[in-house]
Amino acid sequence: MNVSPTMVKGPPTNTTPLDRRSRELRRQIVRMIEAGGRGHVGSAFSLVEMLRVLYDDILQYDPANPRWAGRDRCILSKGHGCLALYVLLAEKGFFPEAELWKFCKSDGILGGHPEYGKVPGVEASTGSLGHGLSFGVGFALSARYEGAGHRTFVICSDGESNEGSLWEAVLCAAKHRLDNLTVLLDYNKQQSYSTTYEVLDLEPFADKWRAFDFAVEEVDGHSVDQIRSALMRTPFRAGKPSALICHTIKGKGVSFVENNLNWHHKNKVTEDEVKSLLAELEVTA
Amino acid sequence: MRKTSLDMVYELARRDPRIFFIGSDLGIGTLKQFKAEMPGRFLMEGVSEANIVGIAAGLALEGKIVYINTIATFLTRRCFEQVALDLCLHNTNVRLIGSGGGLVYAPLGPTHEAIDDIAIFRALPRMTIVAPADADEMRRLMPLTVDHPGPIYIRLGKGGDPIVSNDRVPFRIGQALPMREGSDALIVATGVMLKPALDAAASLEKEGVQSAVLHMPTIKPFDVATLCEWADRVPVVVSVEEHTVIGGLGSAVAETIAEADFETPKRFRGIGLPDVFPDKYGSQASLMARYGLTAGRIAETVQALFRGADVEEALREETDYG
Repeated sequence: MNVSPTMVKGPPTNTTPLDRRSRELRRQIVRMIEAGGRGHVGSAFSLVEMLRVLYDDILQYDPANPRWAGRDRCILSKGHGCLALYVLLAEKGFFPEAELWKFCKSDGILGGHPEYGKVPGVEASTGSLGHGLSFGVGFALSARYEGAGHRTFVICSDGESNEGSLWEAVLCAAKHRLDNLTVLLDYNKQQSYSTTYEVLDLEPFADKWRAFDFAVEEVDGHSVDQIRSALMRTPFRAGKPSALICHTIKGKGVSFVENNLNWHHKNKVTEDEVKSLLAELEVTA
Repeated sequence: MRKTSLDMVYELARRDPRIFFIGSDLGIGTLKQFKAEMPGRFLMEGVSEANIVGIAAGLALEGKIVYINTIATFLTRRCFEQVALDLCLHNTNVRLIGSGGGLVYAPLGPTHEAIDDIAIFRALPRMTIVAPADADEMRRLMPLTVDHPGPIYIRLGKGGDPIVSNDRVPFRIGQALPMREGSDALIVATGVMLKPALDAAASLEKEGVQSAVLHMPTIKPFDVATLCEWADRVPVVVSVEEHTVIGGLGSAVAETIAEADFETPKRFRGIGLPDVFPDKYGSQASLMARYGLTAGRIAETVQALFRGADVEEALREETDYG
C-alpha cells in the first residue's frame, strides 16, 4: 500500500475488518485491564496486528529457551504498549497465562512497562521512550560482528519519534548499513495530549526516514496480510536498515476507544466499561 | 592517566575478543592501532552520547564488554537516563571512561568541568565508581575492569599527574588503600587529591600532628569497613575531593561516620568544591587553589579540628567565592 505523504492532518480512519484472532487478542488485553484495573488501552490495540504477525509468522524463537542465541531479537521500544506484547508472549508459551491476570500486581512479573530479566521474551526494559532503537543497533552490530544470521526488530511509536535519541540511533543504523535491523513504526497519529500534528508534527514522516537512508515501506497497520507481506520482504534493500511505517488507529477495534485520547492510558476501568469493550470485541465469526 | 587507560583498553582487547571500544568524536588518531588491528570492535559514533550508551548496552547484552570514552560531563549529565536505565537497570558490562574529572578542563569552563560526576552516579544502583590517583594505579585497575560485573565509571585525571600510588596493598575494586599511619587524624582522599593529602600529612607531622591517609579509589561500592576501622582510632577525620561537597566522597564519609556509632566523638570536615559553578578560567591547579583543594588547606583544616578551634572561623578569610 502506498499512502500519500500529503495526507489530511486529522484523525485517521481505517475500516479494515478484524478477524477472529485479532478480536480475541484484544479481548485478552481487556481481561488484563480488568485484572489490573489500568493500562495503555489505545496504545495496545494499535499494536495488535504488528505484534501478531511478528510472533506468528516472522520471528524465530524458542519459548522454552528464551535466551537461545539464534533467536531473532524483538524490542517493544514503545514499552507502554506492553499489554499486546504480554498477551502474545503468554500465548506462545514464554510464561503461564496466569501471569496475565496479575498485571501490575505485587506478586506478578508483568508491569506497566516490560522489564528485561523479569519477563521471559523481553529483550530490553523499555518505558522511557527513545531507548529501544539504540539497543537494537547494538544487537544488530553484534550479530554482524559474529556473522550470526538472526535479525533485530524494534517497534517504535510516533510519539516516541519526538525523542532526539531515536534519531541518533537512526543515523547510526544507517551509517552501519544494518540490513539485519527493521524498525516498525506504530503511526496512529495520536499521542498523549493530542494528535501528532498538533503536538509535534512528524510529516513528511516516511520521507524523513528515507532521508536518513532507511529503506521505507508503508502499510495498513491493521492488515495482517500487508504487514506479513512487507516483513517477509525485509530487508527492503540490501545494505540498508528497513523502516515499516504502519498506519494504525489508536484504540483500533472498539468504536468508543478509537482515536479517543481518554483511552490512551486508563486507570480505574469500571465493570461497565469492561463489558462494553468485550461486547464490541465479541468473537462471532 | 587517559593515555594509560586507553592503551590498556587496546592491550586488553588484543587478548579478549569480547572487548569493544566506542568513542564519540574523539581526537584524531585516538586508539589508531586498535582501529587498524580490530576494526570490527572499534566504533566512533559521533556526538550522540545517548545513542552510544544505548548501543553499548545492546552489545553488552550480547556478551560483549564495552569501553566508552568521552568527556565526563557528557557521560554523566547529558545521557544520565541512558546510564541509569540502559546500563544500570540492565546491569550491563559497560565501562565509562570519563575524560576530565573535576577541574581538568578549567580553561574550557563550566560546560566541561565534571564537578558533580561522582554525586550523579553515586545515586545509581549497580554503578561502580573508581577514581585512580595516577597512571600507575590506572594500570592496576584496568585489567580488573574486564570481568567486574555491572557498569563502571572510571574518572580520569589530567594526565601527567605525579605518581603517588603504590602496590604495597594489592589494588581491588571496592577496597580502600591505607597510605600512611597516624593516630591524631585521618585524611580520606580520592583520585588526584591523594597527592595533596599525603603532602598535608607530611607537613602536619612536622608540626607534631600524626595523620593517617586513606585512599578511596573506589567511591562506590564504598569500603565502609576499612573507613570505620581507621576512623575509629582518631578524633579528627577530613575528606578531600576534586568535586562538589554535595554527594561525593565527603558525603559518603560523613554518612559512614554518622552511622558508625563510634564510642568517641569525631570532628569531621569535607573539603571539596563549594556549591557553585566555577566562575574563572585558568588551569586545574589555579582553580584548585581558588577553592582550597591544596595541601595547605587540608593541613590547616586538620590542625584547626585537632586543636579544637572553630574551623570556619579559622579559615574564614579564604572562603569567599562571591
